[in-house]
Amino acid sequence: MLEASDVVKTYGAVKALQGASLSVRRGEVHALLGANGAGKSTLVKILTGAIRPDSGHIVVRGEPRTVHSPAEARRAGLVSVYQEPALIPDLDVISNLRMTQTPTDAFMHWVGELGMERLDPYEMVRDLPLAVLRIMDLARALAFEPDVVLLDEMTAALPADLAEHVLEVVGRQRETGRSVIFISHRLLEVKALCDRATVLRDGETVGVVEMGPTAEEEIVELMLGASTEDEIAVHERVVGTPAAGTARDEGTETAEEETARRPRLAMRDLASGTRLKDVTFELYPGEVLGLVALEGQGQDELFDILSGAAKPSGGSLQVEGQDVRFGHPADAIAAGLVYVPGDRAEALLMQRSVRENIALPTSAPVRRWGPIRMATEQSVVQRAIEKLQIDTRAQGEVRRLSGGNQQKVTIARWIAEGVETLLCFDPTRGIDIRTKRQIYHLLRELADGGAAVLLYTSELEEVQLACDRVVVIFNGSVVAQMDAAIADEPRLMRAAYGLDPIESDEAAPAPSLPGTGVAS
Amino acid sequence: MSGLSGATTVDGARHTVDVRRLFRDRPIIPLIFLLIGLVVVLELLRPGIVNERWISNIIRAAVPLAILAGAQTLTMLTGGIDLSVGIVATMTAFVMATQIAYMDPVLAIPLALAVAALVGLANGIGVGIFRVHPLIMTLAVGLVVEGLLLVYQRLVLGGSMKLPEAITWLGTGRSFGNIPNSLLLFIPLAILIWLLLRQTGFGRLLYAIGDNEGATRLSGVRYWQVIIVLYILSALLAGIGGLVYIGLVKANTLSLAVPLVLPSVAAAVIGGTSIYGGRGGYSGTIVGALILQVITTLLLVLQVPEGTRRIIFGLIILGVTAAYTRITEER
Amino acid sequence: MSTVTPTANGFGSSSIGASASRFARRNAWVLALWGLLGLLLVFTIVIKPGWGAPQLTILAIAALPYAFATAAQTMAVLVGGIDLSVAAMMTFTSVTAAVLMEGQSEEFGVVAVALILLMGLGLGAINGLSIVLTRVPDIVVTLAFFFIWEGAALMVLDSPGGSAAVWLRELIIGPVGGFVVPTEIGQWLPKALLLLVVALGAVWIPVKRSRVGLSIYAVGSDKLAAFRSGVPVNRTRIVAYALTGLFAAMGGLVLTMNTGIGTPIQGPYLLASVAAVVLGGVSLAGGKGGLVGPIVGVFILRLARQDLTLMSIDPNVAQVTEGLIMVGVVLIGALVAMRSRS
Repeated sequence: MLEASDVVKTYGAVKALQGASLSVRRGEVHALLGANGAGKSTLVKILTGAIRPDSGHIVVRGEPRTVHSPAEARRAGLVSVYQEPALIPDLDVISNLRMTQTPTDAFMHWVGELGMERLDPYEMVRDLPLAVLRIMDLARALAFEPDVVLLDEMTAALPADLAEHVLEVVGRQRETGRSVIFISHRLLEVKALCDRATVLRDGETVGVVEMGPTAEEEIVELMLGASTEDEIAVHERVVGTPAAGTARDEGTETAEEETARRPRLAMRDLASGTRLKDVTFELYPGEVLGLVALEGQGQDELFDILSGAAKPSGGSLQVEGQDVRFGHPADAIAAGLVYVPGDRAEALLMQRSVRENIALPTSAPVRRWGPIRMATEQSVVQRAIEKLQIDTRAQGEVRRLSGGNQQKVTIARWIAEGVETLLCFDPTRGIDIRTKRQIYHLLRELADGGAAVLLYTSELEEVQLACDRVVVIFNGSVVAQMDAAIADEPRLMRAAYGLDPIESDEAAPAPSLPGTGVAS
Repeated sequence: MSGLSGATTVDGARHTVDVRRLFRDRPIIPLIFLLIGLVVVLELLRPGIVNERWISNIIRAAVPLAILAGAQTLTMLTGGIDLSVGIVATMTAFVMATQIAYMDPVLAIPLALAVAALVGLANGIGVGIFRVHPLIMTLAVGLVVEGLLLVYQRLVLGGSMKLPEAITWLGTGRSFGNIPNSLLLFIPLAILIWLLLRQTGFGRLLYAIGDNEGATRLSGVRYWQVIIVLYILSALLAGIGGLVYIGLVKANTLSLAVPLVLPSVAAAVIGGTSIYGGRGGYSGTIVGALILQVITTLLLVLQVPEGTRRIIFGLIILGVTAAYTRITEER
Repeated sequence: MSTVTPTANGFGSSSIGASASRFARRNAWVLALWGLLGLLLVFTIVIKPGWGAPQLTILAIAALPYAFATAAQTMAVLVGGIDLSVAAMMTFTSVTAAVLMEGQSEEFGVVAVALILLMGLGLGAINGLSIVLTRVPDIVVTLAFFFIWEGAALMVLDSPGGSAAVWLRELIIGPVGGFVVPTEIGQWLPKALLLLVVALGAVWIPVKRSRVGLSIYAVGSDKLAAFRSGVPVNRTRIVAYALTGLFAAMGGLVLTMNTGIGTPIQGPYLLASVAAVVLGGVSLAGGKGGLVGPIVGVFILRLARQDLTLMSIDPNVAQVTEGLIMVGVVLIGALVAMRSRS
């Protein structure tokens, strides 16, 4: 159905693609995989017409095609659903549909199929949550009845139940002869859903894998191009010394251990808006505390409060035992709380150099507005870069770095000055495995050095890979706290759905895990 | 192992690539070439016109514009703009000239500059605290100041207006043959601005805010603090520019420096400062101001009628910025 | 295309009440502006009891060029840009009209009007094309054209001159009177106002509801999302700037109609147009707002100015006050926007 071969795209000195290819059969769900920086997004942009390749052939339904815009791509039978919803915020749903000449009935049909129940067509797109927008984007794409649908990280921002519907619907597209190109970092989903997978690395296609029992290992090997050691290490827990935990096990404690036990951060009944109701938990120095929640359970509001970007409507917050109220992120930073957002675009100065990005918080307070001590700054920045193994041209613009490296820069800026309490919001979303591991190692190192790390993650397996303990939030409150050792995915999932964890296996059927289509 | 390394292939290809990269990272180089090119064209058209005296005139005329363009550069780096620089410059000059009758220049000049700083404060509060778009705020404040200036003029009508020697010496005078005295003020000022942008935390914050204000907030930067200081600086620079300008023009009209506003923006833009913020610098702006002066002379020499002159001026702005965009873009 | 109908999903078409409250919520700012204008009218009548139809007509005629300049600016701002050459385009079209109509018959005036309107579309399209092709930010491009169109005007007429067809001039003088509507109402309705509403409405109403109009909003709201949705972004921007030129040409024609000649000097319409746009609730970021708000804003500003004159305030002080009012409006608007955002 669709065949791209020998696609080359160069940006100045940078070769984004050097001979990538992709072949998708009719009625097939085909995964496109690769680490960040491997060229996936470039290839996608070329297929959908956002950019032009330097060379290469693209053949759709037997006919060579060059596509110059998403509108043309649609006419050629290829529709994409991007990570950022392509809906206009200042128009309502109905206007969005009219503008793109979407058949309304078909749209509504798909919206229903995808599991969304109520949709007010006059609602402003800007007022709708991200998950709803992504579903609408998909529904709109399907309503055009394309030959090929391209889904970019479709399940990334979706709560588990919607993700399930989506995967189901996507799987059924085979029956109508429609092909699907599925881009995702969630290998479990890929394994369950797709027929084949094309793996990109360093701008070329390094292999096409048929989905079978060994598919996962094959894929990982192709993506990393690494030895078996790394392979095994991918799923191995990042080992470290959870200081707080071991101290508790022993009967007696030294005075040191006792101070280590005082929480760095403590909150009681923290509330904000409609989604955060009463969150109570503690964060101890020396530990990596995971936070798990389905989409929209109050975690965004929680992090806004902790980072100083918003004020709580109720409850209290203590840092090192002292009550605090933050009016501005600068207050939080002064209290030792530093924030790494999940969206790199939010945190980075894209046109500025790595060095300026890393040194940014240093210049923030008024007393530091004066002349900079260049040599000191240089060494501090250099140390941070080395620590995080950032692959960098430190004078170049940050936007030229790959996603994983960019994420490292956002972390590096806090490392430079020393970290007391680190708040991370889904820092590994959309990042390749290798970089993820580097980040886990780093978090562990920081914790071992006495920092307190709060890690919100949307990938449940990360809890056991990187955390000591985990807190689960549902409906604005904490519903479970447990040690990472026992926090396997089924248990976390149950808690995340607000189900009583003490259920026995014969109790009400547990929800199936997204991507596996199998009841747990 | 994965990731994009900068490996290049053929030597020839690398050579071209490097040259373009040079232009992109050091945009001042093509600008200087342009400036020299324009001067050469001028010399070809009117042989003998380019001599020390003429160069000195160009520089002398460009200094006030360059100072105003400096104010513009600072604000544009944050993604803002200051359309009140013209009227603030005029006001500062006017206040100084009228207050001279009542007090020593040593007092009158700081007084005038203090008033300018107040205007800057108003701009800063509007943009920094109320989050009004800088285009609107500075426009509106400019209008108000213009009105206040008219009222003030009524009040001091009858009082005398004199320009202190120092000012005319600064604005019009020359030393050591043909070096304009205003350079004595301008060179240290330019160095200060350059240092501010390159080597201070404040300068870094200007670039940072222009690039991504949200990111600066997350890093603990309080926007209003930076902005207020910024617009006060801008107004002070405008005031200084006005004082030099009146020393050059020696006329005291109420629209003294107002026609310099859009050229100040043009000079900054031609010099490579992005109107969206986050990139640019003062050295480019200075060259931009010089280029504009040379172009004005060129057009006068060609005895081009007023209308055509304006058109060409506009086309040049368009052309230079289009070329610059093409060079720095990654497509 | 089918309309939205209730399905098994559970949603239905909105009730009248819901639609009304939605309308009120979405247009709150404009409704407030109408209220402000009303208050101002009351205030005017209080300070000048004789204020009536003739004064209204004077106000309308004075507001006319500002209104068209503002309408032009609104088009550019909606698509996410700005046009600093609006007043220059007005001047250029104004002198061209005056020169065209000089020494020609009355009937030729019709041709002249048509030509000038086309010219406006053309000027705006050139602006838009330049922005799209050079990829230089709109502020800079329109700044360049500020000089270019101004220079072009000077080339056409280097000093005030030319003339205008008499019927054209009469088009804006006086009230509508007994024409079409009963005289009692008609005497309160200035022809200038009618012309404004008809001219703007004839263009904007069909455009706003069409796909072109939606595309303009889309591009202004989120250019990338619009592109990915298949909207022809560049073409849409050119169209929006062409509309800017069209309305500017209308403004230029009005200038000639008002004075009977062409004057190659730019009027103060640029700053006023931007201020009225902001006052009118149109977001400078694009994609939000409409045409009604800014026009009401123009009338508020002009009426406020007239009030200051009626109160015999020194014109310079009046300008200060006018400026302060704009600053105040803009600060309040910004506060409201901040409040609603948090």
